[in-house]
Amino acid sequence: MSTQTELSARGITWLRALTAQDGVLQGTPATVRVAEAALGDEPASFIAVVPDPHNRFPRARNGEVGLEEGWALARQVRKIIAAGKDGARRPIIALVDVSSQAYGRREELLGVHLACAAAADAYASARLAGHPVIALLVGKAMSGAFLAHGYQANRLLALDSPEVMVHAMGKQAAARVTRRSVADLEKLGERIAPMAYDIRAYAKLGLLHQLIEGVDADAPGTADVQRVREALLAAIADTRSGARDLSSRLASPEAHATRAASIEVRRRLAEQWDAA
Amino acid sequence: MSAVAAVREHRQFLGRTSFIEMGARERARAILDAGSFRELLGPFDRLKSPWLPLQGIVAQSDDGVVLARGTLDGRPALVAAIESIYQGGSMGEVSGAKIAGALELALRDCEQGKPVLPVLLLETGGVRLQEANLGLAVIAEIHAAIVALRRHVPVIGVISGMVGCFGGMSLAAALCSRLIVTRQARLGMNGPEVIEQEAGIAELDASDRALVWSLIGGEQRYAVGLVDELLEDDAVAIAASVRTAFAQGLPRQERSAQVDLYLERLAAIDPQRPLDGPGLRALWHGAARS
Repeated sequence: MSTQTELSARGITWLRALTAQDGVLQGTPATVRVAEAALGDEPASFIAVVPDPHNRFPRARNGEVGLEEGWALARQVRKIIAAGKDGARRPIIALVDVSSQAYGRREELLGVHLACAAAADAYASARLAGHPVIALLVGKAMSGAFLAHGYQANRLLALDSPEVMVHAMGKQAAARVTRRSVADLEKLGERIAPMAYDIRAYAKLGLLHQLIEGVDADAPGTADVQRVREALLAAIADTRSGARDLSSRLASPEAHATRAASIEVRRRLAEQWDAA
Repeated sequence: MSAVAAVREHRQFLGRTSFIEMGARERARAILDAGSFRELLGPFDRLKSPWLPLQGIVAQSDDGVVLARGTLDGRPALVAAIESIYQGGSMGEVSGAKIAGALELALRDCEQGKPVLPVLLLETGGVRLQEANLGLAVIAEIHAAIVALRRHVPVIGVISGMVGCFGGMSLAAALCSRLIVTRQARLGMNGPEVIEQEAGIAELDASDRALVWSLIGGEQRYAVGLVDELLEDDAVAIAASVRTAFAQGLPRQERSAQVDLYLERLAAIDPQRPLDGPGLRALWHGAARS
């Protein structure tokens, strides 16, 4: 059983640092924060999912993406798409610090899978409509929660900090399911890159556009924020000059080394696609 | 039921070909027009997981996904079928890339004015934990491909059982334009065992099969409008239903885009009060679908 852990403030910290706002919206759960702020010479929308110890759904109080979070993200992102219909497609920055999807009987009954899909759909639709969608990993990017909030972005950026991690399942749960000790799991991660949790190992998979080094992730100063802004602007410019799909994740030298099988599958599939 | 009707029903049952008992390759063949099945990246292409042997696990030479091109009522089609008996139908780098890559090629053809009808046979526990982050990454690519492809042709998902569809792939199912299930199917984000481990046995007793199916089983999902068709375990009926789903064309609004409807529904839920399968059916009965 999971124990009560200290609630992460990374999401709200970075929302405040980049927008000087808390992003609380009327009629939206307090866990989903959206703020508009200038980025370079254009407005951008920043979206974070944050913990709320008073969330009315008890299984989504620690920064999880639950039922209302998934659907609220979908509504907010779709509002941005609708507003951009006749004009500039503004950048959308997903600030990612999500501990997991909400685990619960009620969540399953009410379709948390659809709620998370709705958020992923909205982000993917924004990307396809021409909004530069950038995910900035400032804390945990775990499993289904990351699929809902961030993984559909054109570009993935991450702060180089020990608390920033990406994985398919929490360490304790993964150890139980694979019948290994946490120590064994960590050792395995050193040898097998996709099994690791830390962001430096993740960077070796070639999925990240940039690992932002030397930034204080918990208490960012002016120079830290400036550095992150520049990284976001560079990623937005790169997005606008590229394709609207996720193909850039297979283009880096790291991807060619570590995701060689992903590339090979697609190459041979294209050869066989049409009958000889 | 009259004796005559009972005999007729029994004969129908005997005449039925089980879809659930088929392997992935047979399932794909059963969906496509007779004689049109052509496998892509089959076992002889030997595209295996590069990660399982490093962990002392023998890798199967199709990595548990069968891709087939063929036709549905004469129209070009693609079937991606997950082999549930290999590693629980889990998505590794190669198996996931096969599905994502095939959907990406179908998208390319659609964009060039050559529609391809995509069918996903989803029997999977989600990410293969031995390939963790690469499984998660490729599932995001599958989601991306479905959302892009759905703008051109309906994407049809089938969950027949017995594994069901879980984890990140439950999102892939939810992104499908139409979902076809049997009573044996389950569709949920977190498997019952994971919920029991994460939230405790008081939250969910994973060994209580009747309870699990009452929450996430095919019949329940159909009754509350989270899937579109509920069928018997009959290969002929499932193949026919896939054709009907394509004939219906694109839905007026994809289920995963019905934001107002679901936010309204959630607003009416009091999380402090108990809620079970039948209780939700009373609330969400006759779910609106175009």
